[in-house]
Amino acid sequence: MEQVVSIEVKPVNKKKVRKLWKIAMILGIVTAIEFVMAFTLPRGYLLYAGFIALTLLKAFYIVSEFMHLKYEVKALIWSILLPTIFVIWLIIALLAEGDYILNSLY
Amino acid sequence: MEVTASIDKENKTNIWGGGTSPLKASYGKIMMWFFLLSDVFTFSGLLVTYGFLRYSYPAYTGPVSAFKPSMDYWPIPEKIFDAVPFLHGIHLPLLFVGIMTFILILSSVTMVLAVEAGQRMDRNDVTKWMLWTIVGGLAFLGCQAWEWSHFISGTEEGMALSNGVIVHGANLQVNEYGPPLFASLFFFITGFHGTHVASGVFLNAIIFYNVVVGTYDKRGHYEMVEKVGLYWHFVDLVWVFVFTFFYLI
Repeated sequence: MEQVVSIEVKPVNKKKVRKLWKIAMILGIVTAIEFVMAFTLPRGYLLYAGFIALTLLKAFYIVSEFMHLKYEVKALIWSILLPTIFVIWLIIALLAEGDYILNSLY
Repeated sequence: MEVTASIDKENKTNIWGGGTSPLKASYGKIMMWFFLLSDVFTFSGLLVTYGFLRYSYPAYTGPVSAFKPSMDYWPIPEKIFDAVPFLHGIHLPLLFVGIMTFILILSSVTMVLAVEAGQRMDRNDVTKWMLWTIVGGLAFLGCQAWEWSHFISGTEEGMALSNGVIVHGANLQVNEYGPPLFASLFFFITGFHGTHVASGVFLNAIIFYNVVVGTYDKRGHYEMVEKVGLYWHFVDLVWVFVFTFFYLI
C-alpha cells in the first residue's frame, strides 16, 4: 500500500510568524510587569487582584492564539469556556467559604 | 432502498441528518480539548486546596524586610525562593522562577511555530521547531530539579523550632520555611505540574520521531503536531497560574 505522495511545501507565512513572536513578547513583558509589581507595590488585596488580572490576560493570549481557540467555531469555544467559567465561580465560592469555615474554627 | 436514499437527500440540510460536523474539528482534537478541560478541573481542585490550607494560617503582618520564617504564619514566597544556580548566597528573589517561566513561554512559541510549519507540510521546519520545544521542556525540567533539590536541602542557617532543634531544608514532616503544609503543597503542586511537563516532553519526543521518519508526510497532514501542541500549551498555561498563585501571591 506504500504510495508515493508528492508533497507541496508552502513558504513560511511571515505575517503569522511575526504575530506569534509578538504575542510571545507580550507574554514576556506582562511577566516582567508582574515582577516589578511584586517588588514595588505594598502587599494586599489590590496587588493580588492586579496579579490575577494579568494572569487572566496571559491565559487569554495562550488559549486564544497559541491554542487557536479564537478561530474555532462558536460551539467549540463555548463548550470549553462555559465549564471553565463555572469552575472559576466554584473556586471563588469555595475560597470565600473556606475563609469563613476556618475563621469559625479558630 | 430508494426510500432511504430520498430521506438522506432530504436530511442533507438538517443538522441531525448526519454528515455534518458542527464543531468543525477532528475527533482527536475535540477529545484533546475535553481531556484538557478535565485537567483544568484537577488543577482547580489543587488551587482550591491551596487557598483553603493557606488561609488556615495567619498571614505575616510585619515589614517584608524583617521577615523570618516561622511555624506560626505562612511564609512570603519571595523570601523563600531567592536562590539562583552558581550565585550562592546572593538574595535574588524569584529570579530563577522567572527564568523558568521564560523558558516555558519560549518553548510554547517554538511549539506553535512547529504547528505552523506542519500546516505548510514543511518537514524540515517541523523537525527544527519540535526539537527546540523538546530542548525547552528538558531545560525546564532541569531547572525544576535544581529548584527541588535546593528546597529540600535548604540553607545553612535553617530554622530553630520551639524545642531548640534546628531544621534544615524541607521534607513532608517539617521544613525550615514555615508550616509543614507549605512544603507539602509545594511538592504536590509543582510536582504535579512537573509530571505534566515530563509526559509532555515524552509525547513530543514520540511525535518528533514520527516527523523525522516521515509518518505525517505519508499521512498527508500534520494534525498530530497540533494535538500534542494543545497539550504543551496547556502545560504552559498551568505554569502561568502556578507562578501567580504559588510564587507571587
